[in-house]
This record gives sequence, structure tokens and C-alpha cells, in this order.
Amino acid sequence: MWEYTNKVQQHFMQPKNVGEVGNPSGTGDVGSLACGDALKLTIKVDENDLIVDAKFKTFGCASAIASSSVLTELIKGMSVDEAAKITNEDIAEALGGLPKEKMHCSVMGREALEAAIADYRGVILPMAQGEVVCECFGVTDLEVVRAIRESGLRSVEEITHFTKAGGGCGKCEDRLREILQKTVEGLAEKSAPVQEKRMTTLQKIKKIEQVLEREIRPTLKKDGGDIELVDVDGDFVTVSLRGACAGCHSSRTTLKEYVEKKLREQVVDSLIVEEGK
Amino acid sequence: MDCGSDKVIYMDNNATTRIAPEVLEAMMPFLEDCYGNPSSMHTFGGQVGKAVEQARGRIAELIGAEPEEIVFTSCGTESDSTAILSALQSQPEQRHIVTTRVEHPAVKNLCETLDLLTGHKHKVTRLMVEADGTLDMMKYQEALTEDTAIVSVMWANNETGVLFPVEAMAAMAKERGILFHTDAVQAVGKIPLNMRENQIDFLSLSGHKLHAPKGIGVLYVRKGSPFVPFLHGGHQEHGRRGGTENVASIVGLGRACQLAGEMMKEENTRVRALRDKLEKGLMASIPKSILNGHSEDRLPNTSNISFEYVEGEAILLHMNQHGICASSGSACTSGSLEPSHVLRAMGVAFTAAHGSIRFSLSIYNTEEEVDFVLDKMPKIIADLREMSPFWEG
Repeated sequence: MWEYTNKVQQHFMQPKNVGEVGNPSGTGDVGSLACGDALKLTIKVDENDLIVDAKFKTFGCASAIASSSVLTELIKGMSVDEAAKITNEDIAEALGGLPKEKMHCSVMGREALEAAIADYRGVILPMAQGEVVCECFGVTDLEVVRAIRESGLRSVEEITHFTKAGGGCGKCEDRLREILQKTVEGLAEKSAPVQEKRMTTLQKIKKIEQVLEREIRPTLKKDGGDIELVDVDGDFVTVSLRGACAGCHSSRTTLKEYVEKKLREQVVDSLIVEEGK
Repeated sequence: MDCGSDKVIYMDNNATTRIAPEVLEAMMPFLEDCYGNPSSMHTFGGQVGKAVEQARGRIAELIGAEPEEIVFTSCGTESDSTAILSALQSQPEQRHIVTTRVEHPAVKNLCETLDLLTGHKHKVTRLMVEADGTLDMMKYQEALTEDTAIVSVMWANNETGVLFPVEAMAAMAKERGILFHTDAVQAVGKIPLNMRENQIDFLSLSGHKLHAPKGIGVLYVRKGSPFVPFLHGGHQEHGRRGGTENVASIVGLGRACQLAGEMMKEENTRVRALRDKLEKGLMASIPKSILNGHSEDRLPNTSNISFEYVEGEAILLHMNQHGICASSGSACTSGSLEPSHVLRAMGVAFTAAHGSIRFSLSIYNTEEEVDFVLDKMPKIIADLREMSPFWEG
């Protein structure tokens, strides 16, 4: 039912480096029987910090076994520093690609490698300090953020494909959406083109308030009306029309042809103004 | 296109079955020369109509029904939806449904979207099962209320083959005036059943589970039971299910039911013996293997075994290398990230649920095939266990 590449099939049928390294320099143990995926990676590192041997034991499907096998091939001969840079995308690429529903298998490989290296260096994993977001699969917020950043994820469904979070009971979906929004916004700000000089939300609010105070409110007050800023979310500006404006059948026109127009001229031209409580 | 069906050992009959050669033969004229519309006035169509009625009679005979009680649908899923939605519509004040935790997604997922479909709030009681997959009759009785519109319980479970006492359950429901539906898709053709000997109102069956083509099903509707159509349209099926009849497949299904009646004994003797040999052999030669589902009250052809500490997809792919076709209840093969809801409802441990394999035989399987599978499986499991971090050897 899955379309597996030849490489995946090869690594599954004839996996490389099955077993456990004797007296390992580092061990990475991730996953569980409950999850349906588990990987135990053992590495041998020499005095020059080179990984001279790596072996794996995996409980899991073809993608899990193939990911583990190709991972051990990748890291053998690398320095620990080099190996630490390997991402799940590298693992998937080395296999010629994985079905999107199986990307979490490559993520598991990376996690085992990280754990093994941390064990070798005697440090606590930064990932271990995250807060569990998905209880069914024990996925932390830090893991989700990392997957979003490294694999350019743009939907909750993709997060599930890469980390399994949200794939069980589904209770964490809202939280995942939240994390996704925050992370993607954070990334957009960093990569926005310099000429546009993007405003932060705080700057935007301040500017909107200024225009309201300076121009819009005095004008509406002249006709017995008023306006209040309720919320700003991205380009969505929620306002509340007051006084005479509140019941007026021209209020929509006022909103769109005056308020929105003015704010687009003076703050940023992509604003959308709507009424709300 | 050649799929090499002569080269595989097909043990996945609960997923789908091959079309029997006799069935294909019966269908061919209706795919070639006899293409008339059964509802037409002219003889050219009318003779096709006769063939449809003959098929209807054959299907009725297999399940001990009257021909008028047979409604053709496109599949088991449509039959399930039709029955349940009909019950809700014919008794709009009743908003409670009793079903089980191990139903096929056609019933299970329908029950989860009822509120959206009808615009009313519904209550669904999902009966739990014991570790061996059986139901608690006391709990079932307690679940029936005045608000219950319908009970929907499958006759035979598709994953484990476990049989539910639906006839007794229907009697209990009818005592309280409650409609009873059973998804008998896996049962019809494998075990004898007689609708004259029970009080079930609605029964679903599916062609492609009994050597008829895919895309044809039947909903049995007991004479006198209230019925509201699902597919509205033309006057086909006496106004109970609109849409021009899938003539060739109906004729095929009729022939398949005839065959099933003739082969019923063999299914329950020779095929049962093959299943038993396979099951006993696997459990004996492979350590840490667990049978999922009650050993006695089961379909004669199904065997669901868990091999601890290894994962289902990996097992199936190795079996596939040898041309052996079966299914698994593991998370990786389920399409979602969770293992089979049936096994979980039975409380099967995670060590086992991910490593479950379902073998489902048919009259076309041979002893040689069973011996071949018995020969290959131990090494497949042993090799995967070598690779597993949980296997201590």
C-alpha cells in the first residue's frame, strides 16, 4: 500500500549494521512498544571523536528499519560534530524519500542519534526539557517546533506526519495549531524582505490607535458617533462602532469606505477592518 | 494487465475474495449482449429484468428470506448507512443507538457523525468486549432504553472472526420494540443463517466477500419493518433504492449465493480444518504468539495471531516476498497512527497489537499452501525479532 523506493526496500530487506556495539561509547534509546516504533542505536567513538562503529535494533515498519539502517551507514566514519548536524531530511533523502505519513520514522532516527551523542558527551538533551503537548505519543512542544522549522511544515496534518503528534485522540490539535502559528510567524518575521520594513504587531497597534485618536474618532464624534479598537490579529483589525454609529444603516459604509481606507493609507495597506464585540 | 494471482498464496479473503469462475461466466452476457435496462418496456430490457429477479431469488434462498425482502445496494457500507439512517428517520423522536466498540468503520464512523448528518443530538452506547472479543449480555440488556432507535451489532467480526449472538440479541431488542440491524458482511456465505428463524429487521451483506464482484451489496429489510430510503431517485427496488441496477454484478451475486449454499459444508469442514492446521502450527512453532479472539465461536476461515515484539507491516512485507497475502492490525498498516480499534477494545497489549497478523482463508486455499506458510513464517518472525530491541532471545 505504501510506495517505497528501491533504497527503502533494499535497506529493509537487507538491513546494515543490525545489533549492538559491544561496550558502546553512546547509546540512544527512543520510542516504545506503545508507539509501535522503537530504535536503540549504539555507537563506538575513537579518541579522535570519530564514529568508528554504529549498530541498531529497531521495532517498527519498513520505513523505521530502513531509516535506522541508512542512518548507521551515514554516520560511520563521521566525526561526532558532523553527525550531530544530521537532520531527518538527510535520512529521508538518503533513502530516496519516504511517504509523507512515514516521515516520523526518519525523525525517530535523528532523535536516537541525538540521544546517543548526548549520552557519549554526558549532557542532558535540550529536547528533554520540552513540555509534553501530545499525550498519546509523548511529543513535546520543542520537538514540534523543531520539526516545523527544519522541515518547513505548514499544517497540523504535516506535524502529525513528522512527529505523530495529534494522530491519536486529537485533543492536542488546537495547541498544535497555536504552536504552528507562532513558529511560522516567527520565521516569517526573520525572512521578510528588508525593503518592506515589516511592522511588529505592537507597532501596528500603536499606529492604529494614533490614527483613531487623531483623525477618525473626532470625525465620527462630530456626528454623535464613536469607535473603539477591540483587537488586532495579523492584518485583521476588529473595532466596535459606538454611539450614533452603532445603529446606523450606513455603518458598514463608514467602516469600509472611511475607517478601513484611512487605516490602509496611514498604517499598512493590507489591513482588513471588521466589526466585532 | 496481469496481476499474477496464480503465483500468490492468498490468505486475505476477509479483505476481498476472487470472483468465482462460475460467477464470472454468469455475468458475461450482461456485460456484452444483454445490456438492456431492466425497467424498460421492450423485451430487450425485460429479459434482463427477469435475470435480476432470478438473482434476487437466489440471494433470498441463501439467507432464508423472501425475494421482496432483498434490496440491492452498491456495497455493504451503503447497506449499513441505509439501515441506520432509516431507523433514525422512521422514529425521529428516538435518538439513542446501541452498537459495539468493534464494528467495522462503515458502522463505527457513521455513528460518530450522526449529529452532523441529521442535525439532532444523538447518544451512542458502544458496548465493550471481553478479552476474547465476546459481548456481555447483561450489559447489552441494560443498554436498551425507550429512547433507543436501533441496535446495530455485527454478526461476525472482520478482524478476529468472533461471532456475536445477534439472533438472541435481536429477540431481546424486539421484546422492547427496538429495531435491530446486523452487519453480516463477513458472515454470509461462510456460516449458514436463516432469517426465518430470527427477528432481525435489517441485515447487510456484500458481494465481494463471497466470490462475487466488488460494487454490489444487499440490504435485507424484513417485511413489515419500517423503512425510509437512503438513495432517492427512480422507482427501482420498489422505490426503496433509486438508481439503475448494477445488472451484471447482481446476476453475479445471485450465482455466488447459489455457490455459497453448495459450498457451505466444505467451508465449515475442509476450510475450517485448514485454518486450524495453520493456526495450531504457527502457535506451536513460534514462541510468544497469541491468538486474538475466542477460539470456538468464530468464523471457520479466520485466524488472528499476534507475534510479540515485532511489527505487522514488516512481517507482511516479508511474507509478501514469498507471495503470501494477509493483513495486520498494526498502527503502520491502519492508515491512522493507532493500532486496530478492535484489538484495543479487546485489551490486547501493545506488545502484541502492533504485531498482529490476520489470515483469512477460502475454499480456494489448499493444504500445500498452508504447509508453505507454516514453513516460512518461523524464520520471518525470528529474523525480525533478532532486530528488535525488545526481544531477549
